Amino acid sequence: MKKILFLLAGVALLTSCSKNNDNVEPDFNESNLATLSVEFDNIVGDRTLTLNSTASPYTNAAGEKFTLSKVQYFISNIKVSKADGTTYTVNQDSSYFLINAADKDTRFAEVKVPEGDYTKISFIVGVDSLRSTMDVSKRTGVLDPSGSMEDGMYWSWNSGYIFFKMEGNSDVVSNDASGDPTGKKQFKYHIGGFGGYSAPTINNIKTVTVDLTTAGIARVRKGRESNIHMFVDLLKVFNGTNSFSIAAHPSVMFGDFSSKIAGNFAGMFRHDHTEN
Amino acid sequence: MKKRALWIVLLCFGVMLYACKKESEKQDEVSTFSGFKKPGNFPEPQYKLANNPVTEAGFLLGRSLFYEPRLSRNNTISCGSCHIQSSAFTQHGHDVSHGIEDRLGTRNSPPIMNLAWNKAFMWGGGIFDLDLQPIAPITAHEEMDESVENVMVKLRQVSKYPSMFKAAFGSDEITTARFMKALSQFMLMCVSADSKYDKVMRKEAGASFTADEQAGYELFKAKCAACHTEPLFTDGAFRNNGLGPSPIDDQGLYTATLQATDRYKFKVPSLRNVSYTAPYMHDGRFLSLNAVFEHYNSDVQATPNLDPLLQQSSGTKGIVLSADDRSKLTSFLKTLDDPDFITRKELAEQ
Repeated sequence: MKKILFLLAGVALLTSCSKNNDNVEPDFNESNLATLSVEFDNIVGDRTLTLNSTASPYTNAAGEKFTLSKVQYFISNIKVSKADGTTYTVNQDSSYFLINAADKDTRFAEVKVPEGDYTKISFIVGVDSLRSTMDVSKRTGVLDPSGSMEDGMYWSWNSGYIFFKMEGNSDVVSNDASGDPTGKKQFKYHIGGFGGYSAPTINNIKTVTVDLTTAGIARVRKGRESNIHMFVDLLKVFNGTNSFSIAAHPSVMFGDFSSKIAGNFAGMFRHDHTEN
Repeated sequence: MKKRALWIVLLCFGVMLYACKKESEKQDEVSTFSGFKKPGNFPEPQYKLANNPVTEAGFLLGRSLFYEPRLSRNNTISCGSCHIQSSAFTQHGHDVSHGIEDRLGTRNSPPIMNLAWNKAFMWGGGIFDLDLQPIAPITAHEEMDESVENVMVKLRQVSKYPSMFKAAFGSDEITTARFMKALSQFMLMCVSADSKYDKVMRKEAGASFTADEQAGYELFKAKCAACHTEPLFTDGAFRNNGLGPSPIDDQGLYTATLQATDRYKFKVPSLRNVSYTAPYMHDGRFLSLNAVFEHYNSDVQATPNLDPLLQQSSGTKGIVLSADDRSKLTSFLKTLDDPDFITRKELAEQ
């Protein structure tokens, strides 16, 4: 009987050992790629995001009640770093994602990176300038500029992508030309601008770097999928470093104020936890 | 009975021969396609032809698409609606263009001409790649009011297109990039380089300016050529030529760059085919060349960023143009007309 118990304990030890082995970081090898998933989970302050939540609107720091009808943004150029500073840049052709709040499936950006333990992730909110000037044949998938005026993420008249689109409704929006003359009380934020082809203009490309050490590093291994779960707090669009009220800026597109809103992007992203 | 069989066999051969002949005639047609050729007196094109070599199949597809009303929401407006060949691919007689449901735009329809040499597109800039330009008119509310995505859906349902895309690009897949590249191939072929001016410059047999034309050319070089640079008759730059702001206060390039130094700057238009492209300026405010001369002579306004070339050291603005100057300049400008360009069957709707 004792023998059997001893054996069992041994087996238990062995299995736990093998699990420990799994946690040993493999050597960094750029040809040994595994899947890493990055989840962009939209929230509004302390609440989850529900589009058109007219029954219970959200409130920003200015005390304005609002609902959201459309939230879409590009995440691109994902890079991951290890504690020793080794950094890996995801193959650029596979590093463009359009997160669309109306389609839950789009919240995961799945990329291939070498097996390893990552303590830091960085990405661009928007589309880099190089891709913004590339031949049309390189603009496939989410970068296809064929979307409609309503849902598209491309400015045809001023060639370039809309990096971040957020629309919604608030009673504070006026009915005159400075607000929404259609009387629908709609606010619209279409933020883009990659710096211009030849002549310089506004550049709202923002690189966001998120430290993963506090909420959990990403242990990327083949055969399983590490998921970096990020909260994207849309309330920070209004309440961030450059806070503003909907009443004062109900519609911001290609204009100088757009840079203030882009300045709030970095503060929106918060690492909640990692599922390894 | 045997005789009948013989006749049938002979008839079959006859049909086959005829079919063969038709095929070879078709082949003859193919061989007449010249492709994109840089005129001898032109500089190297700006367009990256290596990324989109012009082929006959691509050009034919592009031409079909250029004249395709399905590009608009209600299938009524094609590119050719506002870019009419007989007016050097502009909308003659319209100050601003008429789009879907007769909605009015804010700008004068520019010519589809020598676009391979363009650095930037639209009167107010903003677009720098010919392959991306068509998205603007297709999606503009007052032009075609459609989405490119939906155009793709519509084209896939038209029986001729899958095979035309296959001939042009190797498979029948209809994508945004292929659609844009085909349209570019047609537009690149809209080269105007066969005016009297060109023939004189290329020293072609029997081509020479009259005395008036020659005098006009000298005046042109002295007073106009700094912006309307030869041989394209535009330097491709954006400049403020001192027009009084329009009622809608169109600020031109500024809208695309938000740089204060770009307020009221518009693209310098080419003067080629100027006889066919009235009215003039970005909003079509001048109905005749004389109105344009009058503007430069006596109506240049000191709006922000007025071009330095229009400010004389004496403090006066504009360019002095006497009645005699105007008449000679007109004679010269008429030598920029290219009748072949506005009648070339290859560029017309088939």
